[in-house]
Amino acid sequence: MFGKIVSWIDDRIPMTRVWNMHIAQYPAPKNFNFWYFFGSLAMLVLVNQILTGIWLTMNFVPSSEGAFASVEYIMRDVEYGWLLRYLHSTGASAFFIVVYMHMFRGMIYGSYQKPRELLWLFGMFIFLALMAEAFMGYLLPWGQMSFWGAQVIISLFGAIPVIGDDLTLWIRGDYVISGATLNRFFALHVIALPLVIVILVFLHIVALHEVGSNNPEGIEIKRKKGSVAEEDKPKFKFHEYYTDKKDIVDAIPFHPYYTVKDIVGVVGFLILFCWVVFFMPAMNGFFLEAPNFEAANPLKTPEHIFPVWYFTPFYAILRAIPDKLIGVAAMGASIVVLALLPWIDRGRVKSVRYRCGFHKWNIAGFVVTFVLLGWVGATPQTDMKTIISQICTVTYFMFFVLLFVYSKNEKTKPLPERLTK
Amino acid sequence: MMKKLIIGLFALSVNLLPNMVMAASGSVPLMEANNDISDQPSLQRGAKLFMNYCLGCHQMQYQRYERTFRDIGIPTEVGQEQLIFDGSKVGSHIKNAIGKEDAAKWFGAAPPDLTNVARVRGSDWIYTYLKSFYKDESRPFGVNNTLFPSVGMPHVLQELQGLPTAITEEVTVDGVTTVHITGTETDGTGEMSEGEYDDAVRDLTNFLEYVGEPTRLESEALGIKVIGFLIILFILAFMLKKEYWRDVH
Repeated sequence: MFGKIVSWIDDRIPMTRVWNMHIAQYPAPKNFNFWYFFGSLAMLVLVNQILTGIWLTMNFVPSSEGAFASVEYIMRDVEYGWLLRYLHSTGASAFFIVVYMHMFRGMIYGSYQKPRELLWLFGMFIFLALMAEAFMGYLLPWGQMSFWGAQVIISLFGAIPVIGDDLTLWIRGDYVISGATLNRFFALHVIALPLVIVILVFLHIVALHEVGSNNPEGIEIKRKKGSVAEEDKPKFKFHEYYTDKKDIVDAIPFHPYYTVKDIVGVVGFLILFCWVVFFMPAMNGFFLEAPNFEAANPLKTPEHIFPVWYFTPFYAILRAIPDKLIGVAAMGASIVVLALLPWIDRGRVKSVRYRCGFHKWNIAGFVVTFVLLGWVGATPQTDMKTIISQICTVTYFMFFVLLFVYSKNEKTKPLPERLTK
Repeated sequence: MMKKLIIGLFALSVNLLPNMVMAASGSVPLMEANNDISDQPSLQRGAKLFMNYCLGCHQMQYQRYERTFRDIGIPTEVGQEQLIFDGSKVGSHIKNAIGKEDAAKWFGAAPPDLTNVARVRGSDWIYTYLKSFYKDESRPFGVNNTLFPSVGMPHVLQELQGLPTAITEEVTVDGVTTVHITGTETDGTGEMSEGEYDDAVRDLTNFLEYVGEPTRLESEALGIKVIGFLIILFILAFMLKKEYWRDVH
């Protein structure tokens, strides 16, 4: 009976074929480690944001008069409204945590290198769309930090010569942040950007499955057809789409091996996630900033205005430079250079495990730089911190400059023939 | 190297936390409120203090009487009779009839809504604030506040605490002498002893913290169950993974 239903469907849409090609007979390297959890976790968080977002939308009032009160209504009067809201607000921060880890994985194992440049670019577009999504979502509760944070960030566009002022007016739909801004941000946050993100995630996975996953060793599991002896081929069945063109070594089918492994990652993540949601949803002011529990007041500027933690590294680069236009340009450049990584890195060896010692230090320095920038961007400015942010801005860009230089004739270690572990 | 990186990142992030807290507290050190939102009698006393002393000027416009009574263990009829003074229905928000413009005229600024004050300021801040009024004839209401200098609010709890005077200390740095207020001392004209007043302020702070997040206890009770379930699920998922991966290794 079940078989009949399946073949009835298969005659009409390619259900079994897609399942096999992309899940049950998709060849994945057998040596994925901890860092490979974050792709599936990012999808989990995306689903969480969409589902909780839909239910929040049912009670949210997108107007400057009603927004703040409707969020309090959700928190106090809607059944489990507090849970939906905390899942959504914690999910926003969790999204950036897993995406930053996911991007870091790509950096250490060279997953952006040829032939995965387009895969990396789609990822960077997801990151950009995610930043826009988070920024617009943060305005919606219409708290003090929503209002003033948006005021500061949108005014940055005013630094652009000639069109700057008209551009900020066009974005806000008003001379200041107002109900008009809130309404359009709501539309973009709940319809336009989620659609863009879902489409980009789809393309990201299409690109991934076309080129195949990289792995911690950074060597390809797809070899030239006929180059692999029969006894070296894995005993698993992979889809002809992959085996017709290439010989495959050291791979396992995505399902069931990585599905059961990702379940472990998902549950482990959920333990940490739920701990924050249920016990410390404000995360000491990092996930929900204290001034945002006060309704937006255009006449009262908060003592300190900070973006949420996930923007602070880029915000610190902006603040490090006294000239506003150059600051904005540097902030933009700090994201553009990340997108250009496949072309900045001229090395052939992908994984940090087989690259030169200097590369390891360069990456470690980049991590320290990123964390320091995040810290100075999230705390009140002092002379000392301005200097730190300026040094870190230089070291941030130096990572890419150095990489470009040493990757050309890098002294690398010999690559293994096969995935050892 | 990766392990070291992760540990380093974690250590750094933990080090950042106190910085945020300190930035919020300003120059006057905060006293610890040591309140407990699971202490229902304390919340009930706090609610009584709020309705009697605060609600005249400050609203809790997002919080309803009914759920407040239910959460802190006051029977609806008792609450209706003893804690609702303006004849509001029990399902109403906790509001007053004071006009925003009038209030701004009287006090210099409209008294802020207190629904979320504990989330904006923190419980320790509220506790310290209510204990930091002192006599200052230069102010319109004859009092000032060490934590919130030149605040527009009169010392509403004066009949309980009495009128405190500031204890000052002269500090000379580089030949410049400045006067610092190190604390306050009541004149003893209040109905309460110092200890009783501290307890009353703690109760009021406790109530404000509860109203800031009325679902906190419910959230933690549910959270323990959810995390317990997830830990069991984690063990099962891990065993399932081990079983499947025997083919691979």
